[in-house]
Amino acid sequence: MATKRDTRTRTDARPATAPPRQGGGAVLLGQHQTAAVDSLHRLLLEPLSSLLTCAVIGIAILLLQNLQGLDAGIDRTGSISLFMTEKNPAKLHELVATLQRREDIRSVTLITPDQALQEFEAKSGFAEALAGLDENPLPPVLTVLPAIDDTAGVTALFDYLQALPGVDVAQLDLQWLQRLNAAINVAARLASLLALLLGVGVVLVIGNTIRLAISNRSAEIVVVKLVGGTDAYVARPFLYTGLWYGIGGGVIAVVLTSLGLWALSGSLAQLLATYDSDFTLTGPGLQGSFAVLAVAGVLGWLGALVSVLRHLRAIEPR
Amino acid sequence: MIKFDDVSKRYASGQDALSHVSFQLEDGELAFLTGHSGAGKSTLLKLIMQMELPSSGQLIVNGQNLNKLTRGQLPYYRRSIGLVFQDHQLLFDRTVYDNVALPLQIAGYDSREASRRVRAALDKVGLLHKEAQKPVELSTGEQQRVGIARAVVNKPALLLADEPTGNLDPELAAEIMVLFEQFSQVGVSVLIASHDHNLISKLHHRKLTLEQGKLISGGDRKGGR
Repeated sequence: MATKRDTRTRTDARPATAPPRQGGGAVLLGQHQTAAVDSLHRLLLEPLSSLLTCAVIGIAILLLQNLQGLDAGIDRTGSISLFMTEKNPAKLHELVATLQRREDIRSVTLITPDQALQEFEAKSGFAEALAGLDENPLPPVLTVLPAIDDTAGVTALFDYLQALPGVDVAQLDLQWLQRLNAAINVAARLASLLALLLGVGVVLVIGNTIRLAISNRSAEIVVVKLVGGTDAYVARPFLYTGLWYGIGGGVIAVVLTSLGLWALSGSLAQLLATYDSDFTLTGPGLQGSFAVLAVAGVLGWLGALVSVLRHLRAIEPR
Repeated sequence: MIKFDDVSKRYASGQDALSHVSFQLEDGELAFLTGHSGAGKSTLLKLIMQMELPSSGQLIVNGQNLNKLTRGQLPYYRRSIGLVFQDHQLLFDRTVYDNVALPLQIAGYDSREASRRVRAALDKVGLLHKEAQKPVELSTGEQQRVGIARAVVNKPALLLADEPTGNLDPELAAEIMVLFEQFSQVGVSVLIASHDHNLISKLHHRKLTLEQGKLISGGDRKGGR
């Protein structure tokens, strides 16, 4: 019936009744207000089931939110070790200074043979064997941290460093770097995919909830349509219901995040201290929380819209 | 007010619900639509409400050619018609007042004007004192009167009723009919589908009789065949 009607020509667009007493904008605003308040009121009438729906949405949004930050803060560059034939400390320091001026190098550290020997003795347990040696067999080593993280750039830098006079062997675990980069890429893709799936999940959960609400109120919808309710009028309370579910889920996600951070903060600080890390766990903050609520609200509204478009037109007076 | 011009309705099953129906209902006229169940009374009302579309023929209601009505215009067209159901179709989750106010809410009346009209309509059907009650607390006759109040609250030019007295005893049915006559006297066109012959024969109004989808009497007065 609906499709057939749509093909009709649009002549005579004049409404059949006299226009209502208020201006169009005021009418619409009033009806939006009524729909928003009514739909919120209906949700509060069944607090437990509304809370459960919001919790499901909240947990999905919580996961979605955390996946976003997964690949941030991982140091992607490998370091290049230069084993030197040059043993003159003055020349080595000069080289360090020269290299440090390059833009593609973040830092250069000189490990002298004495330092290397001390470290080796302390960590390897070969102290006695080493003590038997006449002279220190270890070469000076420069550890170069590139300031770039693309593989091609690092390779070029490596080639340059290897060709420097006084360099015996340059070592770069390029394969390891490539693997790490690939793994990070996979993880990032996976995170995006999961985030997408969770977003779709939220939309579907709300869509299904709204579908039930629509079928529960089908008798009312028929009456409303028969006394002249437009499609927009009929859809409005359901769209607001979706919005409220989404925002409710967002609130739960923000609360859970704050609770989780609070519970973790003490033990995490201890753990990080052992790693010598200055990393601090920060919550989403006020702005971030509002962003979560906004995204959640939009997802909720979208879920309701999907459901409304699919199911509302099917309910026609018969 | 209503003009049927050679209107037929054939369902997808091949059944002819209405065939070549032509008649005209004047402004302010009250007429009965009679016939056995299955004769096409409900189909005729559904065509006027645009719950069904005719297979052929032309229907003009309140000056509007329904063949040219778009989906977007449909709600506004329906606001010009009051509809009374046999089973009143009240919404049980809200008060009598809110039920009657529904069409005004939809049409966007401000609450003061709406409240004035709702009270006038409830007063007209004698239920002003029950505005705060829920429909479930009312008797069947009272529920039907609330349904009528809702149908007229928007001051429609046309009032349709589908077996409005079907569930009522004769005394209540007569009361309801008096109400319809009063609306007709103030200029509202009223079309009542009913198979209650006792009631119809007591009232001297025009009778449109349907039999197996054909209009066999009452349609010949104006523009009929």
